[in-house]
Amino acid sequence: MKDNVLMRVAARWNMPFLIIFALYTQTHGELGPGGGFQAGVMIAAAFIVYGMVFGAADMQRIVPRWLTDILAALGVLIYAGTGIYCLTQGYAFLDYTAIIPSNPGGAEPWGMVSVEWGVGITVASVMMTIFNEITEGTLPGQEHESHDTEMVGKA
Amino acid sequence: MELIHKNLPALIVVLPLCMGLLTSIIGRRGLGWWMAMATTGAVFAMSGQLLWNVMHDGAYQITYQMGSWPAPFGIVYIVDPLNASVLMVVSTIAAVLTLYARKSVASEIQKNRLHFFYALWLFCTTGLLGITITGDAFNLYVLLEISSLSTYTLVALGRARNRRALTAAINYLVLGSIGANFYLLGIAYLYQVTGSLNMADIHHILVNQVFPTWGGDAPQYRTTVIVGFAFMAVGLSLKLALFPLHGWLPNAYTYSPSAVSGLLASTATKVGAYAFIRVIFTIVGVDFAFGLLHTDTALMVSAGAAIIIGAWLALKQTNLKKMLAYSSIGQIGYITLGFSLNNVNGLTASIIHLFNHALTKGSMFMALGVVVYRLGNARITDVRGLGRQLPVTMGVFVVGGLGLIGVPLTAGFISKWYLVTGAIQAGRYEMAAVVLVGSILALMYVWRVVEQIYFGKRDENAPKLREAPLTMLVPMVLLAAASIYFGIDARATSWVSQTAAELLLGVKL
Amino acid sequence: MQIVLDYYNYWICIILMMVGFYGVIAKTNLIKKALSLSLFQTGVLVFYISIGKVDGGTGPVLDEANADAVYSNPLPHALMLTAIVVGVATLAVAMAIIVNIRERYGTIDERDIEDIEHQTEE
Repeated sequence: MKDNVLMRVAARWNMPFLIIFALYTQTHGELGPGGGFQAGVMIAAAFIVYGMVFGAADMQRIVPRWLTDILAALGVLIYAGTGIYCLTQGYAFLDYTAIIPSNPGGAEPWGMVSVEWGVGITVASVMMTIFNEITEGTLPGQEHESHDTEMVGKA
Repeated sequence: MELIHKNLPALIVVLPLCMGLLTSIIGRRGLGWWMAMATTGAVFAMSGQLLWNVMHDGAYQITYQMGSWPAPFGIVYIVDPLNASVLMVVSTIAAVLTLYARKSVASEIQKNRLHFFYALWLFCTTGLLGITITGDAFNLYVLLEISSLSTYTLVALGRARNRRALTAAINYLVLGSIGANFYLLGIAYLYQVTGSLNMADIHHILVNQVFPTWGGDAPQYRTTVIVGFAFMAVGLSLKLALFPLHGWLPNAYTYSPSAVSGLLASTATKVGAYAFIRVIFTIVGVDFAFGLLHTDTALMVSAGAAIIIGAWLALKQTNLKKMLAYSSIGQIGYITLGFSLNNVNGLTASIIHLFNHALTKGSMFMALGVVVYRLGNARITDVRGLGRQLPVTMGVFVVGGLGLIGVPLTAGFISKWYLVTGAIQAGRYEMAAVVLVGSILALMYVWRVVEQIYFGKRDENAPKLREAPLTMLVPMVLLAAASIYFGIDARATSWVSQTAAELLLGVKL
Repeated sequence: MQIVLDYYNYWICIILMMVGFYGVIAKTNLIKKALSLSLFQTGVLVFYISIGKVDGGTGPVLDEANADAVYSNPLPHALMLTAIVVGVATLAVAMAIIVNIRERYGTIDERDIEDIEHQTEE
């Protein structure tokens, strides 16, 4: 699709708007409609549109596969880390009061913001991973192996 | 320390999840195994502590509120003797199998994928532990899918040895997802009636507000509750491979990597059975499920068929892993039969058999794993005359086989004893007879293999085999020894199971 | 006719589910099977979302000007957000396995795969 001017321009010019709107959705997640799921999908969509027009190889130049792999795990770790932080402060798992004990109501949004960022990062990178997988046709991290090497337990 | 103690129910799920994620990032170059081993070891210690705590707690219950949100609004994790013992099963098997997995998996999976394998392994454990500990019906669905999705992938990883692992995995995926969606739909119906997702709260509302109206002229939500329960029952039956919904099981067990077969056979279906017990006894209640709908009759019929047909099909297999898979279908029949009897002995048999069968089947799959490790396959002709060359491995297999038959002084005997007592107590003599026939069939399929192992002659020019490496031998022998120990001294296991059964049936309290 | 119109949301979800279910059972192409599974799940999602609607209810964002406003139940939507993610993950795993099947068997048709498996010994 790279040869089509319309597609090229549309992909290039849509990317910043998609990302800005995604960040807007992300940052408004804690007390209004929005949040990490939607934002993550939108960020991924921006890159995937680019990848669909210019090819997955070009997209992987911007977001390499090792990066999406690490980010996917990192996002969930941010989520669980928030919970564990609360736990180490002597509160229950994911009890956001731990963040500002003097003002539980004020702590709630902060807890949610950090959790939502975790969700957003994971969703975005997993979406990109799925796109990479489908275009390449392999399971994560695997290079094309020759077909008839049936590995057998060594005697 | 105090902190860990207070947060045990949350940590037991969160720890393997976090470590799984870390493993997928930094678990290369053999580090993955060490991380998995440390995690499963820690989880084992934690579930031991939880079991101890709950059995010495006056109310037999530990509640943990996620995010400090109180019960019907937030997700609560509830530990009682039933799920503490299932947690114990899952964590014991996970720890022992991780030790075993090191050599076995390294020979069956490419080197550069090993860290993904251990990450998935930990996710699967996370899901299974989570299903067991959660007190929230929807949370159960999510964790069910976490464990199932990682299991599908783990099964598919067997493709390096045999490509049929892939078709087995897709088959399992399709049926497993249908099962999970049925369960989800069932929850929707109950949510529509009660407006709650907390298991105890659903039960409370059903018993106090919904069921009393059924006797009168205007029964409320009668069809909705029945349909909801039916969906949940069918969905979970698919997950636990209850006959005749067992279609996915044999191939998935046969073609997955040896360590995964062990994990699947000894924990995944057990946790499914646990979830089923929860739905019947905790969510909808016995009076509804067994009294009004006569689910017990249906369950008994399929359990009886599972016992006989599972054992019969096991008798006809030439691939030993497949033989054990069919035998697992029969064993699931015993577990289902136990709780469908609706008395303390039957339910005790179910709960104790969850543990005993996990030990037995786990050790048998591990022994076959050694055969696969040395020979690359586990057909009945492969084990011919191996009794001399692999004495310990084959010894473990035979001990496991005796457990399947239910020979006295093995753990299997204890479960069958409770089961037959329960069946007679419930006046179901025909089911007691089915159990005995099942044992005779088990004797036949186990003997068929034992005969080949000890009396068969190995080919003259076949290569001599060495005994398995130590990291594979130790876990195997541990499980086999445990299955004998709990067959001789069943005080601990029957104390826990009986308490759990009495609590579920409301005899205690 | 009335029963169809009154409960149209249930009809939609039943039809979606059954179309999906039919596909899962009857289609031999594995990709079609996986997509049918997705459709089946969509039926469940629609069911959840439709039971969250309260007659005359508005979006569940606190309206301070109107004290006795009726709100729809937001919980099913939140639950389904999770279920959608689960569905996407299932589809992704299914696709990855199917791609592998194509590499190893050279086909994604169930009947062909069965034939191949029958011909070769295990």
